[in-house]
Amino acid sequence: MGNTILKMQNITKVFPGVKALDNVNIEVTEGEIHALCGENGAGKSTLMNVLSGIYPYGTYEGDVVYRDQVCHFKNIKDSEKQGIVIIHQELALVPYLSIAENMFLGNEQAKRGVINWDLTNKKAAEYMAMVGLNDSPTTLIKDIGMGKQQLVEIAKALAKNVKLLILDEPTSSLNESDAKKLLDLLIEFKQTKGITSIIISHKLNEISYCADKITVIRDGQSIETLVKGVDELSEERIIKGMVGREMTNRYPAREHNVGDVAMEVNNWTVYHPFYADRKMVDNVSINVRHGEVVGFAGLIGAGRTELAMSVFGRAYGTKISGELKLNGKPVHLKDIPQAIEAGLAYVTEDRKGDGLILTDSIKHNTTMARPAFISSRGVIDKDLEKNKAEEIRYKLGVKTPTVEQNVGNLSGGNQQKVLVGKWIFAEPNVLMMDEPTRGVDVGAKYEIYQIINDLVSQGKAVMMISSELPELLGMCDRIYVMNEGRLIAELEAKDASQEIIMSYIMQDSKGGIGA
Amino acid sequence: MTTIKKRAAKLDLKQYGMLMALVAIIVLFTILTDGKLVKPMNISNLIFQNAYVIILAIGMLLCILTGGNIDLACGSVVGLIGACAGTFIIEMGMNVYLAIVLCLLIGIGVGMWQGFWIAYVGIPPFICTLSGMLVFRGITLLILKGMTLAPFPAAYQQLSTGFIPDFLPEMVLFGEKIKSPLCLLVGIIIAVGFCVSQVISTINKKKKGYETQPVLLMLVKMVAISAVVIWVFYLLSRYRGIPTVLIILGLLLVVYSFFTQKTVRGRHLYAIGGNMKAARLSGVKTKQMMFFAYTNMSFIAAIAGLVFAARLNSAAPTAGQSFEMDAIASCFIGGASAYGGTGTISGALIGALIMGVLNNGMSLLGLSSNLQQVVKGLVLLAAVAFDVISKNNLIQLPKFFKKNNTANL
Repeated sequence: MGNTILKMQNITKVFPGVKALDNVNIEVTEGEIHALCGENGAGKSTLMNVLSGIYPYGTYEGDVVYRDQVCHFKNIKDSEKQGIVIIHQELALVPYLSIAENMFLGNEQAKRGVINWDLTNKKAAEYMAMVGLNDSPTTLIKDIGMGKQQLVEIAKALAKNVKLLILDEPTSSLNESDAKKLLDLLIEFKQTKGITSIIISHKLNEISYCADKITVIRDGQSIETLVKGVDELSEERIIKGMVGREMTNRYPAREHNVGDVAMEVNNWTVYHPFYADRKMVDNVSINVRHGEVVGFAGLIGAGRTELAMSVFGRAYGTKISGELKLNGKPVHLKDIPQAIEAGLAYVTEDRKGDGLILTDSIKHNTTMARPAFISSRGVIDKDLEKNKAEEIRYKLGVKTPTVEQNVGNLSGGNQQKVLVGKWIFAEPNVLMMDEPTRGVDVGAKYEIYQIINDLVSQGKAVMMISSELPELLGMCDRIYVMNEGRLIAELEAKDASQEIIMSYIMQDSKGGIGA
Repeated sequence: MTTIKKRAAKLDLKQYGMLMALVAIIVLFTILTDGKLVKPMNISNLIFQNAYVIILAIGMLLCILTGGNIDLACGSVVGLIGACAGTFIIEMGMNVYLAIVLCLLIGIGVGMWQGFWIAYVGIPPFICTLSGMLVFRGITLLILKGMTLAPFPAAYQQLSTGFIPDFLPEMVLFGEKIKSPLCLLVGIIIAVGFCVSQVISTINKKKKGYETQPVLLMLVKMVAISAVVIWVFYLLSRYRGIPTVLIILGLLLVVYSFFTQKTVRGRHLYAIGGNMKAARLSGVKTKQMMFFAYTNMSFIAAIAGLVFAARLNSAAPTAGQSFEMDAIASCFIGGASAYGGTGTISGALIGALIMGVLNNGMSLLGLSSNLQQVVKGLVLLAAVAFDVISKNNLIQLPKFFKKNNTANL
């Protein structure tokens, strides 16, 4: 094994009233992929902010030793000079600038302040080739997908001559194949360029796939470091370290009492709202029964979100055609208020962007979708509102003292619970949940699964869109597989496996190209 | 827990900060002007001088709530409505009340025009209302052919400069002559009514088992508000009584406070400003609400236009110029967020009063109007800086809270 490139010794970081990091130790060897695991709020990001100089030297206790020297970083620039580059979960790319412009933002290829665009684009193309991006360097960031944007960030890091790359949740918004591509790239860099990576991720399967060492952090303390080849690196083993106990079952059990069909969609076709000739959902027929969780598997862009949103009062798309039946009766939902009235709910995949008002209270967020329940003749009963919101908060176990708390102040898991609570408050019969556990830690995931189980035990129908196949297999009664807007398979969960689902998708994609 | 308490304190500070500032300014100028500021006649003047700004600020607040959107055209609409009123009443000799109704309808029409482009076509409000500012000022000039129409009949002037007639005899109280006992009586009735409603609502809450505010806090609030109300009406009663425009103002304040704070539609305005996409996916008819906000703005501007023309006693081509800026400033000084989603009618009222008292106080001191502008500008900057800085703190706080929160799991 190589030399130790980084040693963080006895790091303690205190925020007013809270000890975010408590005597954390971590040692990273040159040329390895080192994973940091821990629940939301365990202190992983804080630790990386200490390392990269976002929290400057002097605001924490302990030593950061990089290449045998104690670091005194005052800001990110200082750490980048040393080849330490951090890529945050929320990408810092400017949508209306080109790939090349973004890549050299703050590091412009200029002489006396005048930019050499030819050189910029040429260099950008070189770095892009290294990460396997073959778009033009002048393509705007807004025109490429999340997966490629992530690659641009990595190319940007390469352009800064990175030695130690830190990735905070790099795959949280990527689908499985893009995520795998990214991880393979890290492994390749490790082997060919000797670049050391520190990766923070909730996706344990990815960590066991790529990591050489895993440091587990819990409640601001480093609990243990697991080494590949020495310790067992199974998901169960990592979870045990993260939550401090054995989680025997990641998916709570429920009784299966499937009733009549709650929602039936027949021959549903939806076109793109701006490109009117692009079919986003193509002649899809599905049904969801009372007391049933029905999963929707597929790659990003398979049309699952588009299907759910277009059913939900035409919230997405144009030229929508097809038949929608609720409890056996055909309905025509013109807009979202009608859909809510009819007992539908769409729990968005993007809780911060489309789901919650972060600057408003839990209380107001909870009642937002169905104000009729707390008002009469359009006048709100604020006391009733508070009590109802309090009830929902208690039922879902949102960890906060009051419902007056602003949603923006909550952790991801708690925000997700507020979002789900908002739709439970609306008393729907059919819940369409889009990535209900995205960016949520293991403990909160389990609680959200329990909430879903509660809902179906009350006879609600749940449509669950997820990019995490184990979650679908663990939670659903039935699974639909979609690809490129079409329904390609329907499976009983007990007959399905990750391999079977993926092979359906792969075969269909191939067939698509052949035809 | 500690961080949460701190946060609550911070919010309170922000909410009451501007009220404190208003009180401080009033006290300061009362001392500097040897009490001239709070002379009965000056209180009446303050109301007359600022009525139109407060009225416009009410409408502007609704627009700002939808996402920091402003209406630059409302000053021109004030001028346009004045011109219409002048043409109808002075030139055409139309019945005053019919003319008022027509003017309000024109205001609504103007608002629908702007609302259509903003809500349904998607023109950014800044640009659409900038266009409106030019268009409606131009129409005003066209209607008036660049001339001023005057004077209005007395019945119309009543709207802005009149007082509610008193049928009670004059009396003497604490050695001061009360010229309008009705006015004092109204003040006392409002104060008592407020206290009674507070008590009744608390009792009702208790009955239903809801949380109630602490009794002490309630008492302090009741005493403070009653005292201020009775004091203001006492001062007014020593001059000529209740100005008509105060009634219009009071009605608008009550109606729009109720609308924003208590109704579902009002809540929707806040939701749109907080997160437009989330609001839409929660069943808020976002376009309809944007349309409403801008239609309402011009309706309110029409009321302000009528009031202002009556005060000027003429329809002037330049009437209402840069009023939109005063209204916008009032809202922001009063704590409305430049990003939308937060702000209250009472805040806008406080903001308008801060500017009004500053103006009036500095005029009484004989400071030049040039200097007044500088001070007003700095006050606006200070108020919004206060908002932004306290917001930034809020953005840092959640991190601490998150740590705290999960550490307790």
